[in-house]
Amino acid sequence: MSASKGLNPEAAIGPIAAPVATPAWQRGLYLLIGLCLAIAPLFLLESFHLFQLTMAVIMALAVLGLNIVCGYNGQISLGHGAFFAVGAYATAILMSHFDWSFWATLPVSAVVCGIIGYGIGFPALRLAGHYLALTTFSLAVAVPQILKHKSIEDWTGGVQGLFLVKPDPPAGLPLSPDQWMYVVTLIVAGVCFLLAWNLIRSRIGRALIATRDNPTAAEAMGMNIASLKTRAFAVSAMITGIAGSLSAVAIEFVAPDSFSIFVSITLFVGMVVGGVASILGSLFGGLFVLFVPNIAEAISKAAPGVIYGVILILFLFLLPGGFAGLIRSIGHRLRSRS
Amino acid sequence: MDGLAHQIVAGIATGGIYASVALAIVMIYQATHHVNFAQGEMATLSTFIAWSMIQAGMPYWVAFFGTIVVSFAIGVVVERILIRPVANAPVLTMVGVFIGLLLIIGNATGWIFGYTTKVFPSPFASDRPLFGGLVSAHELGSTLVTLAVLTLVWAFFRFTRLGLAMRAAAYNPRSARLVGIRVGWMLALGWGMAAAIGAVAGMMVAPVVFLDPTMMLGILLYAFAGALMGGIDNPAGAVLGGFSVGVLENLAGAYVVGTELKLTVALAIIIGVLVVRPSGLFGRVVLSRV
Repeated sequence: MSASKGLNPEAAIGPIAAPVATPAWQRGLYLLIGLCLAIAPLFLLESFHLFQLTMAVIMALAVLGLNIVCGYNGQISLGHGAFFAVGAYATAILMSHFDWSFWATLPVSAVVCGIIGYGIGFPALRLAGHYLALTTFSLAVAVPQILKHKSIEDWTGGVQGLFLVKPDPPAGLPLSPDQWMYVVTLIVAGVCFLLAWNLIRSRIGRALIATRDNPTAAEAMGMNIASLKTRAFAVSAMITGIAGSLSAVAIEFVAPDSFSIFVSITLFVGMVVGGVASILGSLFGGLFVLFVPNIAEAISKAAPGVIYGVILILFLFLLPGGFAGLIRSIGHRLRSRS
Repeated sequence: MDGLAHQIVAGIATGGIYASVALAIVMIYQATHHVNFAQGEMATLSTFIAWSMIQAGMPYWVAFFGTIVVSFAIGVVVERILIRPVANAPVLTMVGVFIGLLLIIGNATGWIFGYTTKVFPSPFASDRPLFGGLVSAHELGSTLVTLAVLTLVWAFFRFTRLGLAMRAAAYNPRSARLVGIRVGWMLALGWGMAAAIGAVAGMMVAPVVFLDPTMMLGILLYAFAGALMGGIDNPAGAVLGGFSVGVLENLAGAYVVGTELKLTVALAIIIGVLVVRPSGLFGRVVLSRV
């Protein structure tokens, strides 16, 4: 293979425009608008649509997790559905076998996923690009089989899975369980998004991006690549695991076959369509992966998959920055005009 | 002892299938340095095409060779339309395109042919057990077909001008272009051949695992394991790797972990090989200057 393929052949993903600094008042305004948009459905939507929106926020959170390791750190994972499954099962097992409250299971699920993510980060260090994609792909394919295995059947409920109940809204609040679930999801997701936002804009975030764009130069500048990459994997697994926990209580059910390879592929599609290496893009990705299949399912059972595939390839060809990239370029154009 | 011998023989039979798919993966990897995640889905589609030809009343072998030709064409078209435009794109884009391809082909197959499991005929049907029940007629037949395909591919690359040109295009595209080889078409040809090899593997495995749109997912995993074990840039190694994974999988399934964790065996092999010896047993160790 020829070596002259652009700036750095080692980089796993293409060049991505650096975020433009926005003035503080503008950021405050956006935040306020976003908050209103997030809370409005609570009063406007009936419970089924609210449930769907809850799931969209959960998927957005899972996509955010993937985006940290894949978008910002350039480690391609096709197996984040595995962390989603571990988070969901951690919460389900603690709630149904030990009667823990939902809130108490969240830190446990985050820690378990973080440790597993850290563990997977180690072999991932030696596997760049395709090899990592291939390994994580295999992991995702094997997950349902592992969850079904007899030796852990007492805990996981085997093929039947586990049933659990949504947390009750606190006494005094006039909310239905569906509405409360939405609020819970918003709070958890909001905190995670905020943390991720700060992480990416910190010293560590810049180091992650540097490692992605040019590992050799980053190492020469004194960054500890191995530690950065494994920790990125751990944080990413943590966030996706928390999303899994939320989904377990939102659906009130976990079963091995709901964590097939297509969960991982869905997250990947969400990331690419929403915007690789974009926090806001993860939100678009979550909305996309939840609502587009619903629309497509009206055509045929197989249609969502085909449409997913077509949209994924179209985005990669025409809009490699995803929705977030599109919005960013529109913003640039508007700003340069004024 | 009889049981062990039978497990090994059955392992070699399924190993042949893995070896074929592994060879298809390695062919594409060698030429483009990309792992084709959609290889399994493409083979499933081919098998469904064969199935509909047989349903339409064609004799088995006509459908067999017809499918190979159609699959070859599909492979070439896919390379021309989807892969070529992103040939120099970053890894993430390539992986994304392969995943898109997997989604489109896999779901289109389900859409067109339905999700019900179908029985695929074997050309080697015989009720008479061979060699004292050690091996079934289909196992023997499919192993022979696999070996014939592998020999043909080897002979093609070793003894024909076109095969030499394809090797040159994969090994050093720039120099190959300078001596007049049309590198782009060689890659398309490689895709076509990989699709055709996958089609043969699909048709040989379908009578055993039954035909449905997700038939090849597990097989793809074993093929990955085989390809990595033998070294992903070494076709002969990949074939050997495929056979050994088949035997290993059968032995582990029968004596160690049981049939429920067979996919996990493949995962363990993949991780084990990549962590201990990333270049595989027969692969080249690649050093890059930074």
